[in-house]
Amino acid sequence: MTINTSAPAISARAVRKSFGGHVALDGVDLTVGEGTIFALLGPNGAGKTTMVRILSTLIAADAGDIHVGGHDVARDPDSVRALIGVTGQFSAVDNYLTGEENLRLMADLRHLGRQAGRRRVAELLERFDLSGAARKPLSAYSGGMRRKLDLAMTLVGDPAVIFLDEPTTGLDPRSRRTMWQIIRELAGDGVTIFLTTQYLDEADQLADRVAVLDHGRIVAEGTPAELKRRIPGGHIQLQFAEPNALRAAAAMIPNATPDNDQLILQIPGDGSVASLRRLLNELDDTSIDVEHLSIHSPDLDDVFFAVTGHATTEPATGQEEKVLQP
Amino acid sequence: MTSLAYTVADSATMLRRNLKHQLRYPSLTLMLAGMPIVFLLLFVYIFGGQLGTGLGGHGAGGRGAYLTYVVPGILIITVASAALGTAISVATDMTGGIIDRFRTMAISRGAVLTGHVIGSLLQTLAVLVLVVGVSLALGFRSHASALEWLAAAGMLALFAFALIWLSAALGLAAKSVETASNTPMFLTLLPFLSSAFVATATMPAGLRQFAEYEPFTPVTQTIRGLLTGGPTGTQAIVAIAWSIGIALASYLWAVRLYNRRRATTPN
Repeated sequence: MTINTSAPAISARAVRKSFGGHVALDGVDLTVGEGTIFALLGPNGAGKTTMVRILSTLIAADAGDIHVGGHDVARDPDSVRALIGVTGQFSAVDNYLTGEENLRLMADLRHLGRQAGRRRVAELLERFDLSGAARKPLSAYSGGMRRKLDLAMTLVGDPAVIFLDEPTTGLDPRSRRTMWQIIRELAGDGVTIFLTTQYLDEADQLADRVAVLDHGRIVAEGTPAELKRRIPGGHIQLQFAEPNALRAAAAMIPNATPDNDQLILQIPGDGSVASLRRLLNELDDTSIDVEHLSIHSPDLDDVFFAVTGHATTEPATGQEEKVLQP
Repeated sequence: MTSLAYTVADSATMLRRNLKHQLRYPSLTLMLAGMPIVFLLLFVYIFGGQLGTGLGGHGAGGRGAYLTYVVPGILIITVASAALGTAISVATDMTGGIIDRFRTMAISRGAVLTGHVIGSLLQTLAVLVLVVGVSLALGFRSHASALEWLAAAGMLALFAFALIWLSAALGLAAKSVETASNTPMFLTLLPFLSSAFVATATMPAGLRQFAEYEPFTPVTQTIRGLLTGGPTGTQAIVAIAWSIGIALASYLWAVRLYNRRRATTPN
């Protein structure tokens, strides 16, 4: 029941899964380093939940080679189960018990023993700010509290690898930030975190590495910064004080798009130092006065569109999130 | 700890969980106890006066005689109706999110179902004690010795165990809690087609054959023999065989359903 330190925390090769005629996963490869946060990003129906269910031993893949903590998921699921914690998309709490009883149940099932179990439960109630509601039935819990309890239950056994399936879906902005903070702290403690999300900014905020899943295939993978750099959509924006300067600059720089009302010029580019220096030198040589310069990297919305050829299927939710999380 | 010790510990944890559910939400237990008590009152005070006169061999006839006749049948219908609760609680668990959490933990295989079944068995025994108490209050008297009472309790517990496993399997097979509360209903119908309320000899041919060969009749006759006198010999053997057969088949079916469940559904 130990982690083989030479192996990555999670490795999956050529994972396939179909449900009837529907192909949910079509040859997925991914590797998650120990102690890192990995985000699997994709719209509803992309196969994210199926991947989590396979990695967490809930269902078997049709084909593929999957190891979690060095243990083969298909051959040795119990060793994997001893290492992992899972917080699914739908709340996995016992509605007929109190918050404290739910945690005690987990402690008993993890065989922590009476003393250690009690201590761990009290510790988690404290940490997740649930001590006040510990003895209340779950009907008195808000959505955010339930989600926190859900995660606390996952943490009772000190798992080395945690799977979080859409951990903030349906949470209000404040609970969402709390959840992000908790996830970052866990990663800081050396826990490996595999999360799925359909919120592009969430992956950007939390993940060390991101894989974009679309129709059962990984269509892009890398750090959030790498992904953004890989695609077009970045630009340099120049703000001018008067229209003449804008006109002069627009005439000089190819591919630039002027906005005459706002006196802004957009120049496509990746924001690299070399291209920036060239631009500044040209402006200097012609003595054009620039009031302000800013570099815009593409966000993951642009990434998603670029790698899949279509937007995320839930534009309304995505935009709302961007407003809520500026 | 050995793996056997883990199995026992995990099953005990799940049993505690189920007993907590029962104590916190006693409405299901009360409903399960209410039905046989209503039947008892109905059969003794509405039908009993007339049905008792037809008993002949059972003493002077009348309501008192019918009470003596019907109590073993009521105990059987208690077992059948209490088993309905298992399907409901199993289905509630299986359609909720917590079962997925259990499945991703290194919990002994079978602990979840064992917890439900033993929890239901204890619930059934508690309900039986209540029903026996009401029967005694209504004037039911038994000449059975302590050993015979114990044997009757053992027979009821064994039969309850069998029906609970069957109900657990039906709960697992159901896609929703609503379905799970309906499919085991036939269990409460079968006692009417047995010797629980009237002697099978009074039934028309065809129905009589069915009544004589279905499991509720030998179990009822065994309890009746033990508590109110009468032959039990072969009936007891048939009753025990039925119970073990139903328990074993249902257990295998339930475990199969539990292990297969969700392996083929996307979410």
